[in-house]
Amino acid sequence: MQLVAISLTVNGQPVTAEVEPRMTLADFLRDQLGLTGTKLGCEHGICGSCTVLWGGEAVRSCLALAVQADGATITTIEGLAADSTLHPVQQAFWEEHALQCGFCTPGMVLTAVALLQENPEPSEAEIREALSGNLCRCTGYQNIVRAVRVAAERMRSGRGS
Amino acid sequence: MKPAVFAYERPSSLDEALAVLGAHGSDARPLAGGQSLIPMLTLRIARPSLLVDLGRLSELDRVRLDDGVLEIGAMTRQRRIERDTLVREHVPILAEALRFVGHPAIRNRGTIGGSLAHADPSAELPAVALALEAEIIVRNSQGARTIPARDFFLGPFTTALRDDELVVAVRFPTLRAGTGWGIAEIARRHGDFALAGAVAVLERRQDGSCTRAAVALFGVGTRPLRATASEQALVGRPLSTDVLREAAALAVDAIDEPLSDVHGSVSYRRQVTPVVVRRALEAAVQRATA
Repeated sequence: MQLVAISLTVNGQPVTAEVEPRMTLADFLRDQLGLTGTKLGCEHGICGSCTVLWGGEAVRSCLALAVQADGATITTIEGLAADSTLHPVQQAFWEEHALQCGFCTPGMVLTAVALLQENPEPSEAEIREALSGNLCRCTGYQNIVRAVRVAAERMRSGRGS
Repeated sequence: MKPAVFAYERPSSLDEALAVLGAHGSDARPLAGGQSLIPMLTLRIARPSLLVDLGRLSELDRVRLDDGVLEIGAMTRQRRIERDTLVREHVPILAEALRFVGHPAIRNRGTIGGSLAHADPSAELPAVALALEAEIIVRNSQGARTIPARDFFLGPFTTALRDDELVVAVRFPTLRAGTGWGIAEIARRHGDFALAGAVAVLERRQDGSCTRAAVALFGVGTRPLRATASEQALVGRPLSTDVLREAAALAVDAIDEPLSDVHGSVSYRRQVTPVVVRRALEAAVQRATA
């Protein structure tokens, strides 16, 4: 069995490992690093629940091999909050009831974080288009969109909550 | 499911990558962004014995203007192309077409070379390449050759690439000042594969008559198609609503091997083809200036 050495940064911490080339980044994060906040929904790139940030950009971790992430800087949902202070997007999701079962939520939150980094004042249409690659079966999306708007306003005005 | 076992190489240069592919032929698959290949590995539709990761080939990640031609390296990420100022200025239809390709997370990893080499019949970029008459530069360890877009896409997921060849760059003629362009597609949800799509590029004279027309269809045939009957019905004519509608209706003539699957039947795709062509043409007319 071929094992390949990789070294990367995950949530600010250096990580080295040996992985089978066929292991996806999602499985590496979940099974080898124990970071199970990243979810497996469809495992072929449709649902977005596996979304992580790679160099600050949203990517589907089920569509990346762990070996490709050698040298990368990865942020998972576990890496968003600063100690016990939630990221403004997380705080807004909580306050606006933007989650029910919570399965899509890590992917939604990280996709929203990536959106707001690039577009700090998105319109509702822009929020919906940006989130269109993340599927939610529970909420009907209304509160998710509102939470992103609320988070955007707070981040622009420099307040976290 | 998880991918089956495969061997893995991660060359540091194009020459090294070509040497590996040359040695292994059809047993090896190159890995670019992986947005199409990795799901195929996971579903075990593809089972290469060796994966050649092109991720270190930074020499293939570039956008440059070269004497009236925009050359984009094969490993350039779609998201970069979407935002690039040279692209937006000289081949803006490429940036617009990319808005329809999957979602931002897909485009952060997907590459232009990968999309063209994968040749999904429902994909946007092959149709843009066909409409703009782009040239695809491919290499193997013996040398390079240039394949015009019209000779590159042969069938579903089938291109003129040989087993030991890689796409290294795509060259797009820049759009002349005053060129109008448009892209329209019908998909169930934003980001889904198109059930029918059209790319239109138009040039016109002061008096409003059309001097050049290129219309490419995607999602309706086994490969992107030029709707030559539509194009012929436009050149030399005034770009009025009636002329556009008449030209759009002729687009179905181009569909020689129709596409059909659970998402859309042959008859549905044929029925909506003139609709997307008309929408793309209308957008192109709006943008065109003499």
